[in-house]
Amino acid sequence: MEIPKSFLGYKRENGRAGTRNRVIILPVDDISNACAEAVANNIKGTIALPHSYGRLQFGADLELHFRTMIGTGKNPNVAAVIVVGIEPKWTKRIVDAIATTGKPVEGFSIEGVGDIDTIAKVSKKAQEFSMWASEKQREECPMSDLWISVKCGESDTTSGLASNPTVGNLMDKLEPLGVHLCFGETSELTGAETVCEKRGKTPEAQAKFKKTWNDYNDFILKEATDDLSESQPTAGNIAGGLTTIEEKAFGNFQKIGGCQFIDVLEPAEEPTKGAGLYFMDTSSAAAECVTLQAAGGFNIHLFPTGQGNIIGNPIEPVIKLTANPLTAKTMSEHIDVDVSKILSREMNLSQAGDELIKSTLRVANGRLTCAEALGHKEFVMTKLYRSA
Amino acid sequence: MSNTDIIIHDEKDNVGVVVIEKITPEQDCNCWIMENDKSVSIQSKDEIPLGHKIAMADLNEGDTILKYGHDIGKVVKNIKKGEHVHVHNVKTKKW
Repeated sequence: MEIPKSFLGYKRENGRAGTRNRVIILPVDDISNACAEAVANNIKGTIALPHSYGRLQFGADLELHFRTMIGTGKNPNVAAVIVVGIEPKWTKRIVDAIATTGKPVEGFSIEGVGDIDTIAKVSKKAQEFSMWASEKQREECPMSDLWISVKCGESDTTSGLASNPTVGNLMDKLEPLGVHLCFGETSELTGAETVCEKRGKTPEAQAKFKKTWNDYNDFILKEATDDLSESQPTAGNIAGGLTTIEEKAFGNFQKIGGCQFIDVLEPAEEPTKGAGLYFMDTSSAAAECVTLQAAGGFNIHLFPTGQGNIIGNPIEPVIKLTANPLTAKTMSEHIDVDVSKILSREMNLSQAGDELIKSTLRVANGRLTCAEALGHKEFVMTKLYRSA
Repeated sequence: MSNTDIIIHDEKDNVGVVVIEKITPEQDCNCWIMENDKSVSIQSKDEIPLGHKIAMADLNEGDTILKYGHDIGKVVKNIKKGEHVHVHNVKTKKW
């Protein structure tokens, strides 16, 4: 198949391009969720991103909170942002950082005003932003404007046999076109960590990966009461035939095809070394991982599943594929791309990769994913440790 | 091409994955090795559902399970060729 050279995206002020045109109401903290949700309910064309944290965090955990908030606002799938927090200082810090993209952004704080008057003020601004964004048109954008993140979930052996290698095939075909790519899931590389480390393009990238995985493993050894056998593999994985974390890891690893990673990113960190594949240090919990990748600036997500994970994200469209013929049948409303014909050998990997590229472009051009149509918008902050 | 019942990733692997809804005891199964596109056959001893693994050789306690050509765990209970391989007879080497 000849790979298309462009897609239809929304060009942003900073030169990036979005596959979506969201206007978001972003609460800084848990207690501002009510205000953000009231505004999103008032003003059509806006979406609130409620979450559970943002108070009394400190150190690296607070830095990650800010990085996730700011990165979410900066993501090119977002046309304009309203930030609402209980107090002005942290709110302003997030607004100022998002403003560097040149997109419309405004902050409001609730203290000394109360919810009702804040909701009124924010609603007026949200209406202005929503109507402004509604006039944005899709334009032709080069493939290199696609930033594709990947993460698999509810995996089974069909993931490692077919759906993950399909994603790997797409990566092998799109990497030469200057696409940014990102995989994560530090925990789910356990067992394949030395093989993965060797995929670092430079000694620095390899060393950084090794340190990241070791830090994670030290944490597990310190915190785990027993071992991770109860949660890695999960009950769903085991039902699907996966026996050990090593088996899951080698299946997981098929998603990067033959690509080498050029750098290792902190959770929610934006890549800065140009096009190519990045590894991001993330949890393997689906919503946490995708939220972090979206905050890193990725604008479309590929999600292979075996037993049928149903996750979506409010700003980054999540495309599901499966090679499990039972899942494709019993959970068809969640599956965007069915590659189960690989198992019956009616389709080869390259054909499946081509199908996935076609579907990815349709979604990039605006087709709703199953998760979007079903209303999935899981936005889940990663928290490193307890608050002060 | 006959129907494929079991897929094996790598020629070195000592397990294969069932890719039809299930295989039943004493079923003669066609196996396809992805790495070199070769075919082999095996007779199953157990009922094994889609996605679950079958032993391609007799395996003894302490042996290493190879899949994708890599070590994915150790045998904790002897396994006969054709039997179901899963959490009841294989454990991780991590933790």
